[in-house]
Amino acid sequence: MGNIYRLETPLKEEDVVKLRIGDKVLLSGIVYTARDAAHKRLIDLIEKNESLPIGLEGQVIYYVGPSPAPPGRPIGAAGPTTSYRMDPYAPTLIAHGIRGMIGKGKRSKEVVEAMVKHKAVYFGATGGAGALISQSIREAGIIAYEDLGPEAIWRFKVVDLPVIVVNDTMGNDLYEQGKERFRI
Amino acid sequence: MKDIHCQEIISTVKRLFIEANTELGQDMLDAFKSALAKEESPVGQDILNQLMENARLAKETKVPICQDTGLAVVFVELGQDVHVVGGGLKDAIEEGVRQGYREGYLRKSACHPFTRKNTGDNTPAVIYIDVVPGEQVKIIAVPKGGGSENMSRIYMLSPAMGIKGVKEKVLETVREAGPNPCPPTIIGVGIGGTFEQAALQAKKALLRPVGEPNPDPEIDRLEREWLEEINRLGIGPQGLGGRITSLSVHIHILPCHIASLPVAINVQCHANRHKVAVL
Repeated sequence: MGNIYRLETPLKEEDVVKLRIGDKVLLSGIVYTARDAAHKRLIDLIEKNESLPIGLEGQVIYYVGPSPAPPGRPIGAAGPTTSYRMDPYAPTLIAHGIRGMIGKGKRSKEVVEAMVKHKAVYFGATGGAGALISQSIREAGIIAYEDLGPEAIWRFKVVDLPVIVVNDTMGNDLYEQGKERFRI
Repeated sequence: MKDIHCQEIISTVKRLFIEANTELGQDMLDAFKSALAKEESPVGQDILNQLMENARLAKETKVPICQDTGLAVVFVELGQDVHVVGGGLKDAIEEGVRQGYREGYLRKSACHPFTRKNTGDNTPAVIYIDVVPGEQVKIIAVPKGGGSENMSRIYMLSPAMGIKGVKEKVLETVREAGPNPCPPTIIGVGIGGTFEQAALQAKKALLRPVGEPNPDPEIDRLEREWLEEINRLGIGPQGLGGRITSLSVHIHILPCHIASLPVAINVQCHANRHKVAVL
């Protein structure tokens, strides 16, 4: 495993350029959730030059559709969903300022190139560790697109959310390089 | 003849889905432990430790193991001497799913394929009913997540491709899926039958507890061999590189048409959830 960093959102360029694949990051601050349906709406607004429900500069987007909050908790299970469904939209959001994405699974060439060009990173959270990740989420509220149900945009206040750098700003890919290392 | 009231079916289905989503079976907990002992990648070890901690937390806090609490798949073995009273069996199962997903704070993931409008209560359930001898009803609740289901495949091979061809398809499926289906996975393989039977056999194969050998020694040998080959791919826990890509391969075989060699590969994530009740 690489280095361990504690980072606060919003992320600055200098926060992300030092990261390398395999580094573990404990993220704190605000992250916004969005899945495919919410991405589509954000991109439609950008194309029409209209204002967005969230500012994008330095933000981290978490690909998750949480389960409902049981009584006494801010949110239910909240692990990552598979990221490729967001690939058609991600380069535009990266070009408009986001510095990080949290999900699971491979990204397209276009997304990796956008990360290199605009200095952003892709973090992997542990898929299926929904109850564990839920512990890092201290506050949660829907801020847009409530009609999308589990696909609405949530604002999470997180403390030490554990993620691993999968794609860094140098174009490296932990899925490719990790697999090569252990292939027999 | 035994009467079983539909109310009992409703409450059982409801309980099974809540339990399945919050309590991982002992077979999976044991499989994580032995995977951790074999995993050489530090990142992979970290992931496996997270999965064990996640299972503990889910049971303790009743927050689901995974936010994708699945489509509600239900296998029913209905004794032919059972008389369901007070309402319809399928209606009772749907109502149990409805109540379980609402009262257990489980995510509703069923939607229209094109409009994507959510049905709001996670129905319709995916129900398979087998009629068997006796006067019992066995209900198996299987919440099936979308991430691993999306990486599942079906092929109609040419008979000449044989065992080697089937194995190639299994390896190809796992290789191409990479990190997407949340490894370490369980691989259900349905071989033979008709097109739809192969897929159903693949899903049923996943129900066997992990670590329990296939009753057929020849198939058991195949399962072990294919698992070993899968774990040479290097994909590892969460696809971040490592020795443990899959925990188990489960094969079901059926006779097929003389012109066919169907093979279905149903990928199951590590949140391998199912609960059983017998009424």
